[in-house]
Amino acid sequence: MSETVETDVVIIGAGPVGLFAVFELGLFDMKCHLVDILDRPGGQCAELYPEKPIYDIPAYPEISGLDLVERLKEQIEPFDPQFHLARMVTRLEKGEDGWFEVETDAGECLRCKVVVVAAGGGSFQPKRPPIPGIEAYEGTSVFYAVRQMETFRDEDVLVVGGGDSALDWTLNLQPVARSLTLVHRRPEFRAAPDNVNKMYAMHERGVIGFQVGQVAGLKGEGGQLTAATIKTADGTMDLPCTRMLPFFGLTMKLGPVADWGLNLHENTVVVDTERFETSTPGVFAIGDINWYPGKLKLILSGFHEAALMTQAAKRIVHPDERVVFQYTTSSTKLQKKLGVR
Amino acid sequence: MTKITIVAFDGTRHELAAENGSTVMENAIRNNVPGIEAECGGACACATCHVYVDEGWIDVVGEPEAMEEDMLDFAYDVRPTSRLSCQIAVSDELEGLVVSVPERQG
Repeated sequence: MSETVETDVVIIGAGPVGLFAVFELGLFDMKCHLVDILDRPGGQCAELYPEKPIYDIPAYPEISGLDLVERLKEQIEPFDPQFHLARMVTRLEKGEDGWFEVETDAGECLRCKVVVVAAGGGSFQPKRPPIPGIEAYEGTSVFYAVRQMETFRDEDVLVVGGGDSALDWTLNLQPVARSLTLVHRRPEFRAAPDNVNKMYAMHERGVIGFQVGQVAGLKGEGGQLTAATIKTADGTMDLPCTRMLPFFGLTMKLGPVADWGLNLHENTVVVDTERFETSTPGVFAIGDINWYPGKLKLILSGFHEAALMTQAAKRIVHPDERVVFQYTTSSTKLQKKLGVR
Repeated sequence: MTKITIVAFDGTRHELAAENGSTVMENAIRNNVPGIEAECGGACACATCHVYVDEGWIDVVGEPEAMEEDMLDFAYDVRPTSRLSCQIAVSDELEGLVVSVPERQG
């Protein structure tokens, strides 16, 4: 059932530091696979601040998160990294043969000699709105993503939120659901204007409901939702519903990294400052996810850590080869790897 | 220095001397005021530094801009007095400002 891949290095996290690690490892002939929970590379740069300028990347007085990611992707292209996106690493273990096995929630098994944890603040997961008792309905009536539209067929669906996900699913689930109501705290949306117009048109035709307000409580029994209490400007009201889809964006959680037996310091992974290796030999941690005395959570620190980590990784992946330090400006060998003509 | 007060959810009043130009969020973080998380570090990208501005200060502090209003969609129990504290810059005008921290940040 599971697909098995063998490679030199698996990098967990495809943010700027994970991407740059591909470059450093590539210069030393190590092939990389990257796993990320988001559906595109870039990590926080892509998810939290794609448009916002960063001012402390050397040689770039100003660069946006998205541009930085694009440049890094271009820089690592010669090394042909393989991406496993929208995947969460569920298991990390060292087998008896000395290889690591990295398993994803899509059933892939990546076998490698070195693991690099470059997971930033952890994994991005849907925000759970702090509605009292919501946990009791999760997985039965309350869902944070639509995996199968059938789950919502002939149900009374409440979509909550004002972003693209909320609007997209309002439009897509309307034909499937028995009834659908969109709840948002204000009449303005931060979503594609076209979809907002479509939603308002559907509301005018009476095809969907739209309620300005915030969900304050849930009613039901045994995980089966029957109504949501909505706080509006005029007071509270109960909206009957059997399914709820809250879309309140993503938050970073350390997630499965905590379960891999690595020494932790307040939600970060403890490493040494020579190799950036964790308490498990062969598993390295670089970027925002790691901790050592004096640690600064800067992209540029992560780049430095990637370079030093590579020296140690090389000794594990190619134990018989001598590690020769070279400059990309003068080494024809390195330039050949980069495709310089 | 401008005196501002951040009231934690348990009612503890944190009276801080804030530098003009700094944000209310930065002062909360520097002084370990509980309940302000500021996950994104002040980029107006996460809504985890949500505060309620005291009624009397609303007009002085002003309304959130569109981007901040968008981020407030992710916050919990948003009220007309809600602001993201990373978007409130301290100035002489805010001498005596009082804001309170909500029960939780999203």
